[in-house]
Amino acid sequence: MEANDLIFKIILLFLVFIITLLVAMYSTYAERKVAAFIQDRIGPNRAGTFGLLQPLADGVKMFMKEDIIPLHANKALFVMGPSIAMTTACLTGVIIPWGGELNIGGKIYSLQITDLNIGVLYIFAMVAIGVYGIMLGGWASNNKYALLGSVRAASQMISYELAMALAITALILKTGTLSLRDIVAQQQGWHWNIFYQPLGFLIFLVCAFAETNRAPFDMPECESELIGGYHTEYSSMRLGFYLFAEYINMFISSAVLATLYFGGYHMPFISHLGLSANTVVMLGTLFFFIKIFLLIFFFMWVRWTIPRFRYDQLMKLGWKGLLPLAFINIFITGLVMILL
Amino acid sequence: MVFLFYLLTAIMLISALMVVFSRYPINSVIYLIICFLMVAGHYILLNAQFLAVVHIIVYTGAVMVLFLFVLMLLNLNAKIDTHRSVLIRIAAVVSGGLLFLVLVAALKGSLTAPLSGKFDSSIGLVKNLGMVLYKDFMLPFEMSSVLFLSAMVGALMLSKRQ
Amino acid sequence: MESLTNRSKVTGNKKMSFLEWIYLPAVVKGLYITIKHLFRKKATISYPEEKREFSPVYRGLHVLKRDDAGRERCTACGLCAVACPAEAITMVAAERKPGEEHLYREEKYAKVYEINMLRCIFCGDCEEACPEEAIFLTNRLVPSEYQRNDLIYCKDILLEPLDDAKRIDVSQRQTPAVKEFKKNKLLFHNK
Repeated sequence: MEANDLIFKIILLFLVFIITLLVAMYSTYAERKVAAFIQDRIGPNRAGTFGLLQPLADGVKMFMKEDIIPLHANKALFVMGPSIAMTTACLTGVIIPWGGELNIGGKIYSLQITDLNIGVLYIFAMVAIGVYGIMLGGWASNNKYALLGSVRAASQMISYELAMALAITALILKTGTLSLRDIVAQQQGWHWNIFYQPLGFLIFLVCAFAETNRAPFDMPECESELIGGYHTEYSSMRLGFYLFAEYINMFISSAVLATLYFGGYHMPFISHLGLSANTVVMLGTLFFFIKIFLLIFFFMWVRWTIPRFRYDQLMKLGWKGLLPLAFINIFITGLVMILL
Repeated sequence: MVFLFYLLTAIMLISALMVVFSRYPINSVIYLIICFLMVAGHYILLNAQFLAVVHIIVYTGAVMVLFLFVLMLLNLNAKIDTHRSVLIRIAAVVSGGLLFLVLVAALKGSLTAPLSGKFDSSIGLVKNLGMVLYKDFMLPFEMSSVLFLSAMVGALMLSKRQ
Repeated sequence: MESLTNRSKVTGNKKMSFLEWIYLPAVVKGLYITIKHLFRKKATISYPEEKREFSPVYRGLHVLKRDDAGRERCTACGLCAVACPAEAITMVAAERKPGEEHLYREEKYAKVYEINMLRCIFCGDCEEACPEEAIFLTNRLVPSEYQRNDLIYCKDILLEPLDDAKRIDVSQRQTPAVKEFKKNKLLFHNK
C-alpha cells in the first residue's frame, strides 16, 4: 500500500466515524421529531432553529449529570458494558461500501474502508460481540430489572440471529459472494435484491428490528415492565453511550439493509444522464445516504406505530414464524436457481 | 507480523491461565472470551478470515453467551466450595496428564516435519474452503451436520422427558 | 345490553384468519394511520409565543380592584374568606387613619390580604361573595414557582396597579347578569 492510499484510508476512516456519530446524534433529534409529528405534536423546537441544537444540548446534559456506580455493582464490568456496546456498534461501519470508486489524477480510490471477502459474516460477528455490552452491563449492575433485561437481550439476539443468518444465506445463494462490494456491484440499475428476495428482505428487516432492540422488540429495555431494562442503573454519559449505541446500530443496520437489498450506492437511470464518472460516484454516495435516511425513518415510523410484543410472542415469532419461513425461503431460492 | 503473533499468543496464554485461576466464574467466562478473540486473531494472521469470523460468531457469539446466560442465573455471590475429595483430584490429574501426553505426541511429529511444498496464502479464504469442504470432504462434512442434528434432538428429548 | 354506538367489537379467543394471523395487513394499516398523522395539523402550540384564546369567563389569577379614584375597594369584611371552600384566603383588617382617604374607600381596609395559590381551586366563590366588587378572577395565569412560600400571594401581587395604563379590565366578568345578581337583596351578602 502506498502512502497516498494509506492517508486516504485514514481520512475515510475518520470521516466514516464522524458521520456515524453525527447521524446517530441527529437520529435522536429525528426520533423525537417523528414521534411528535405522528402524535400531532410539534416536538423539540427551543434549542436553535427548529430545535436543531437539541442533540448538543442533550449531550451536554448527559456529560454534566452525576456519574453513579452502584455500591454492589461489579465496577470493571459495569464500566466495560457501555464501552463494548459503543465500540462494536462503531466497528461495523468499516466494511460498508459508502460509495463507488473515485478517480483522482489517474489513481483509483475506493469509498470503502476495507472490502473483506467475508463482509456479511463480519457484520454478524460484530453483532455477536455487541450482545456482551448489554449482557455484562446488565449483569454487573446487580439489579434484578437490569439482569432480566440483559437475559432478555441475550436470548432475543441469539434467537433472531439464526433467522437473520438464514435470510442472508438465501441472499448469498443468489449473489454467490460474501463481499459487500460485489453484492452492491451486482445490483446495478433496477436489479435490487429486494425484488429477487422479498421474503428474505422481510425476515431480515424484522430480525434487524429485533437485533437493534428497537420497538416493537424493545423487550430488553421495556419501560413499562423493567423500568429501563439493562441500563436501569446507568447514569450520565454511560447511559448516553448505551442510548447512542442503539442509534448507531440503527444507522448501521439501515446501511446494511440498503447495501444488501436496495442496491447500495447504485442509482437507477444515472448512467443515462451523461455525467462524469466522479460526479456519478458522489451522487451515488448521496443517494446511498438518502436510502439510509429513509430506512431510519422507517425504523422510527414503525416504533411509533406498533405496540411492544409480549415476550412469549417474540420467541414464538422468532422460532416458529421466522425460522421456518427463512428455511422455506432458502429452499425456494435453491429451487429457482436450479431450475433457471 | 511476528510481533503481532507474540502479542496475541501472550494475551491468549495469560487469559487462558486466568480462566483457570480466577475466583469468580464470570471472570473465567470473560477471560475465555478474550482467549477466543485472540484465537480468531491468529486465524486472521494465517489469512483464514472465514475461520476467524466463524470462530467469533460461533464460540464468542453463541457458546459463550450461553455460558454467561447460565452464570447469570446462578447466585454468584455465594462462595462456591471448591473442596473435592482426594480421589477426584487424583483422577483429574491423571486424565489431564494423559490429555497433555496425547497433545505432545501429536505435535511432536509436526514440529520436526519440514514445511512441504509452497504455502498458498489464499487457502483459508472462503471460496477455497468451500471447495475443499463440499468437494473433497463432502461426506464427512454432511455426516457432521447429521451428528449435530442428533445432538440437538437428544438435548430436546432430555429436556422434554419430565 | 344494547350498544349505544354500534362500534364496539365482540372480543374473545376466536381463531384468527390467515390474514389476521400473519399480522402484516394490520401492521400496514397501522403504518398508514400513523403516516397520515405526520401531515396533520398539530394539536399543540408553542405556548409562550402563541396563546390560545381564553373563554370570556376564564377564572385565573385574582385581582383586588381599586375604584375609579384609585382607592382600594376591599373593606376586609371577610366574606370571601368565609365563602372560600378551600380556605385559601386570610386577611388582617385595619382602621383607616385620617389622611388616608385617598387610599382606602371605606373606614376599614385589609392591611394584609393573602391568597394561597396552592390551595385555591379557582372556583370564583370569593368573587361571588364580595359585596364591594373588590375581588375578581381574571384571565391571567398563576406562574409556577420553585418555593411553596412564593405561591402565597400578598397584596403586592394581587392589588391592581394604580397606573391607568396598567389597570386590569374585569368588564368581561361584570356581565349584566352578574350585575343583576349582585343587586339581589335576598342573597345574604348583598343585603
